[in-house]
Amino acid sequence: MQATSRPLSASPPAKLTVALVGNPNTGKSTLFSALCGVPARIGNYPGVTVEKKLGKYRDPQGEVTLVDLPGTYSLSARTLDEMVSVDVLLGRRADVPSIDVIVVIVDATNLERNLYLFTQLRQLGKPLVLVLNMWDRVRAHGPAIDTQLLSQRLGTPVVTVAANRREGVAEVKQAVREAATAVPSEPPALFAEEVQREVARLRTWLSEQAALELQPFLVERLLLDVGGAHATILARRAGLQDLETQLQAARLRLAEAGQRVPGIETKQRYHWIRHQLDGTVERNGDAEQTTVSDRIDHLLTHQIWGLAIFAAVMFVVFQAITWGTDWAMGLISDGLQPWLTRVVESLLAPGTLRSLINDGVIAGVGSVIVFLPQILMLFFFIGLLEDCGYMARAAFVMDKLMTKLGLSGKSFLPLMSSFACAVPGIMATRVIENRSDRMVTILVAPLMSCSARLPVYILLIYTFVPEIAWLGGWIGLRGLVLFGMHLVGLIVAIPIAWLLKRFFFAGDVAPFVMELPSYKLPSPRVVLYRVWERAEAFLTRAGTLIFCTAILVWAAGYFPGDHSRQHEIDRLLEADTVASREQVEQLQSELRQLNSTLIEQSYLGRAGHTIEPVVKPLGWDWRIGVGVIAAFPAREVIIATLGTIYSLGGDVSEEDESLREAIQRSRWPDGRPVYTLPVAFSILVFFALCAQCAATLMVIKRETNSWWWPTFTFVYMTALAYVAALLTYQISSRFL
Amino acid sequence: MLTLADIQPSQLATIQEIDGDDAIAIRLMEMGLTEGEQVKVVGRAVLGDPIEISVRGYKLSLRRSEAARIRVEAPRSP
Repeated sequence: MQATSRPLSASPPAKLTVALVGNPNTGKSTLFSALCGVPARIGNYPGVTVEKKLGKYRDPQGEVTLVDLPGTYSLSARTLDEMVSVDVLLGRRADVPSIDVIVVIVDATNLERNLYLFTQLRQLGKPLVLVLNMWDRVRAHGPAIDTQLLSQRLGTPVVTVAANRREGVAEVKQAVREAATAVPSEPPALFAEEVQREVARLRTWLSEQAALELQPFLVERLLLDVGGAHATILARRAGLQDLETQLQAARLRLAEAGQRVPGIETKQRYHWIRHQLDGTVERNGDAEQTTVSDRIDHLLTHQIWGLAIFAAVMFVVFQAITWGTDWAMGLISDGLQPWLTRVVESLLAPGTLRSLINDGVIAGVGSVIVFLPQILMLFFFIGLLEDCGYMARAAFVMDKLMTKLGLSGKSFLPLMSSFACAVPGIMATRVIENRSDRMVTILVAPLMSCSARLPVYILLIYTFVPEIAWLGGWIGLRGLVLFGMHLVGLIVAIPIAWLLKRFFFAGDVAPFVMELPSYKLPSPRVVLYRVWERAEAFLTRAGTLIFCTAILVWAAGYFPGDHSRQHEIDRLLEADTVASREQVEQLQSELRQLNSTLIEQSYLGRAGHTIEPVVKPLGWDWRIGVGVIAAFPAREVIIATLGTIYSLGGDVSEEDESLREAIQRSRWPDGRPVYTLPVAFSILVFFALCAQCAATLMVIKRETNSWWWPTFTFVYMTALAYVAALLTYQISSRFL
Repeated sequence: MLTLADIQPSQLATIQEIDGDDAIAIRLMEMGLTEGEQVKVVGRAVLGDPIEISVRGYKLSLRRSEAARIRVEAPRSP
């Protein structure tokens, strides 16, 4: 099957399929969303961990389907995952329509290396559009690029774009349409006669041996990719068992002719690139100059300073979460929640429905939403660090340490993201090409204390840790303990990662050849958009999963039970017709008594008492046990559950005195306090290590394409959490 | 035999050859570390591992063990 170019057509088709390809760090995803908005995710390509990302956009002539292929530096495929891009581009995959136009996105500030992929794509014989992204930076800082001349030399239409500012997007759409009907120019012959002869020879051989007609591009790849995946797959076909031998013989002949594979490919391509760029790009003396960027790097990656700066940055981020977010939280817990509760109280008489709304929804879901400000602060900082380019340097600095664990610095970013939320963190592991590294990183990511654990940490820390501060209030004991709790997951992750690597995923440490993107001032638009995305995701989660779970928990805590006397007292108290203060207090205490009895008799209470023996060694009573179990779909639910259980109507957040007071007041039947420091610690440790997040498990399933791994994660983390909490309680109660 | 791993920060070096034909070697070449290309060592992390270099107008990081496979010509200081 020949890869033919599109014939000139009088009436171009309305529907096109376009592939989007480019190096990592070129803003490809930004361009994709600028063109298509939110992609329609259809899961993975079967059998591999590559995500199938398709989107659609409309232009004046019709509809275009955009296929986003993973960022890559070259089409040389050594793994099954890498094969996917090549196969999609060649139209060899039945689940993706044939590609009409290829859009190649490059970083305009870094043309040489970016064009390597371009030269390979050129050979596919499909119409190409070259997009020079980051054009805003080029305009501001240079180098000067003659796009007309570049287009001529490369034989491809060139469009300049600043995807993050949505500039040039319409031009891209137009260029795509024009390219679809044009005849692509003949790709230059990059390789010497000898190479072309060997390719022809191989084609003949394949045809003779197995009647196989492969596209010329693919045959060339077979020859050039030493240890390539395509060769491995093809060699299994009938008649092609000797493929490897043929390839080796061909390569030997080429080596003797001075055309040594694989070096010859990179040499020829880069030679051609440099030649074409000559005159189109103002050369700024590259390697000789020490730029500002260099000087910053010299400090940030310095032997000692680099590590120290990194530790300091992390410390500040975690302290910052506790600064200035109090007022925002207060707005919600002391303003919004009580107001809503009062509104409901004024509209409904005490009864089941009112209880559902106030104790179930407002108290439950509301108590989770209170944490939004702090979560956003965390995302804001991480977004800032990522966007300015610092994170890559942090990965660089951490690489040595991670290598000792059998991982690499590339695992660093996904793990760092997991401190905010494991879901995007695990998705970020796609940049790790080495399969065993990637798997270990995915399995360890949920141990990084995510933002959903913040509510639990804060509730317990603010209740039990005194408010001691140093340095005029900038460094507090509470912030310190918060930082410490985040370290717990990290410290435990180290031996776990080591064990996983040793027993499940033994393999060579992956190469750490990683590009360090140039520094830039973080773009407010990008960072704030990310924070907004996060807020949206959080509120959606609160509005769906947590909402449903809160209602279920409320129902389990309300039924069965006769609430008539309870509601009667409520009505009496509200109507304010009771005579004396004494009587009011009497009624109130009767109410409290009723509340706790009813709860104990409910399904929730009964379930709690059943599991009490299991959680008692951890120092927990049935309420905590029930709260923890209800929190399995989503960690934050425990706050909601505890609030409901302690039967506090209205305001229930960890900031509000009532829940904290209730916790402090809570007693075992024999009078001992339930929440002591050892108990608080055991709860903290349990939450730090337990897998209580349905969303994370779902993402693991998606990224690993199997049910086995999420199950494994759930089991190992829950067991780990139980044992750790047990030990924490037993040991600390001896000393405290 | 001088390799990139031996080059000090702020020094320039010209690449002669990369040892081996495996995935790492190919990757290094694809990233632009080809014969005759001039690179500059920008900095090194703790214990000299990994190394950050400037090549073809961008920055690349690699481990000492990977840099040790890149044979270079005697360095010049800028």
